[in-house]
Amino acid sequence: MKRMLVPAAALLCAALASPAAFAQKKYDPGATDTEIKVGNTNPYSGPASAYGTIGKTIGAYFKMINEQGGINGRKINYISYDDGYSPPKTVEMVRKLVEQDQVLLVFQPLGTPSNTAIHKYMNSKKVPQLFVATGATKWNDPKNHPWTMGWQPNYQTEARIYAQHILKTKPNAKIAVLYQNDDYGKDYLKGFKDGLGAKASLIVKEVSYEVTDPTVDSQIVQLQSSGADVFFNITTPKFAAQAIRKAYDTGWKPLHYVNNVSASVGSVLTPAGLEKSVGLITTQYGKDPTDPTWKDDPGMKKWAEFMKKYYPEGSLIDASNVYGYGVAQTLVQVLKQAGDNLTRENVMKQAASLKNFETDTGLPGIKLNTTADDYAPIESVQLSRFDGKTWVRFGEVMGK
Amino acid sequence: MEAFLHQVLAGLATGGIYASVALALVMIYQATHHLNFAQGEMAMFSTYIAWSLISAGLPYWAAFALTVVFAFILGVVIERVVIRPVENAPVLAVVVVFIALLVILNSVTGWIYTYTIKTFPSPFPAQPLFGNKYVSSHELGAIGVTLAVLLLLYGFFRYTPLGLAMRAAAQNPDSSRLVGIRVGWMLALGWGLAAAIGSVAGMMVAPIVYLDPNMMGGILLYAFAAALVGGIDNPGGAVFGGFLVGVLENVLGAFVIGNELKLAVALVLIIGVLVVRPSGFFGKVYVTRV
Repeated sequence: MKRMLVPAAALLCAALASPAAFAQKKYDPGATDTEIKVGNTNPYSGPASAYGTIGKTIGAYFKMINEQGGINGRKINYISYDDGYSPPKTVEMVRKLVEQDQVLLVFQPLGTPSNTAIHKYMNSKKVPQLFVATGATKWNDPKNHPWTMGWQPNYQTEARIYAQHILKTKPNAKIAVLYQNDDYGKDYLKGFKDGLGAKASLIVKEVSYEVTDPTVDSQIVQLQSSGADVFFNITTPKFAAQAIRKAYDTGWKPLHYVNNVSASVGSVLTPAGLEKSVGLITTQYGKDPTDPTWKDDPGMKKWAEFMKKYYPEGSLIDASNVYGYGVAQTLVQVLKQAGDNLTRENVMKQAASLKNFETDTGLPGIKLNTTADDYAPIESVQLSRFDGKTWVRFGEVMGK
Repeated sequence: MEAFLHQVLAGLATGGIYASVALALVMIYQATHHLNFAQGEMAMFSTYIAWSLISAGLPYWAAFALTVVFAFILGVVIERVVIRPVENAPVLAVVVVFIALLVILNSVTGWIYTYTIKTFPSPFPAQPLFGNKYVSSHELGAIGVTLAVLLLLYGFFRYTPLGLAMRAAAQNPDSSRLVGIRVGWMLALGWGLAAAIGSVAGMMVAPIVYLDPNMMGGILLYAFAAALVGGIDNPGGAVFGGFLVGVLENVLGAFVIGNELKLAVALVLIIGVLVVRPSGFFGKVYVTRV
């Protein structure tokens, strides 16, 4: 036995010594000549299950890619588990993906708390936690967390753009801010204050609410009586609807900015009352499936055909399905760039070298750019105003 | 001054919400001497039934009446099927059953109706009364409905034989049995009535906070505070407690301690009342001979 080992070791040494034999194909766990294993967690059940459709869209997109021949000849093996939007469950499922299923990377786990729970684990295991589905700013931290990357514009980027718009159009504004008293709300608030810079004193009143509050009526009354004429509304859908309605009912007519988190016409503005929502301002970076502007848009036509063929049970008016398509398209681009060097390190390297990449579903002019020091793929958005029926974009694409 | 007045009025409006849920809590306590943690979720589930009926094309008041009947039956069935087996179990076991009910109803509703918020129609006019900017017509209407339910309850417990029998069954089951009251059925009836009141509360709350499976979570805590402040066995006290908690919460939150500590107001009230005066402002003090 021992005698057999010596020639074997010699062979191995020879093989390692000749780089030519390995230069073309390099694999980490989860990648082979025929397959790339991609892991994912999504809330298919529980309080955030409305977002579960994103995970399904991604699966359908990969199915389409596989039918078209895969990526550089390799099929994507997409393994997606339900975490019910519960962080401990996310940890359990992601460990299963990494240690048992041996995926090459974890893609698009959804939710700020869920991703926070696996943030350290992924970085100590050196497994890519790629294009996470949350807008928190902390995912753009390549120095301390080189294995984690976000995708959509982060909260601070978005808030800075509102601040810029206020400074430009209403330099003497008296600003009122309502924010959810947690990481999400404070992230927005910080970006907003950074954006105002020396003019942060324009904020005349900022009040918070807790998710346990039955209504935010009392907060709106406080903001209104401050005499503010600009209102930045950092709330999740239910509270956003309450705030829009109460502001209107009390006769307060500020210039009203609402965060992109609660810009859904169906689940926020309709409950609040469409006539009460006229004039609201938000930002957008993706094409809205309900916006008639995109009826003949080639990108959105591709999306609609994809939906019909690969995800027929999915909703054609749900922006989440557009989101899932765009983010899946981005991963495919990264894996294409990686070529035959499918190591985890190279996946991150390629994800951090996107150059002016445009998805089918992003607004015109919104380009994805990343570098080794900049882990924020989408950093530009366009302002939109609600006209009583739909969001109407105006002005330039803002941001980087 | 105007800001203060506005906060007080907004507080009365939310206080009306707490009062209506507190009434249901008092009801179940009167009938069974238990605090039902699933009260809010039962009300929420009934409200979804009302939403389905209205979406199916039924007029509001027909859906309202059907929902109250449905909630009553739901309450009786839950008592018979789930609560009866743990009748003689320790208090802790009963509490666990209540919490299980809460989680089950919440998840089942989310599973059937999803977690996206829904609008729930109001039977009252959309325009505020007298063109005021402080309180919507629905909020005023909801307060009126709560007061009407309170009057009905008062009359029921005070003047009808059935109401008296129910009170007797809750306070002294053994003696009640000896005078011929069917204690088991009285408990079931109490559950039914509490669920019916809860469904009315749910239908009054939903237009204000929007309908979603978690709509009762925060409200229930405030309602507990309201019920305890007023006296857990006194319907009138509970309604008063509801308004008090609503106004206190707003005024303290806006002018004294800040919005972060609003929920703490409710919790401090609960603990304060339990320590200083466990029977609440209006509750009866029971003395038991040992």
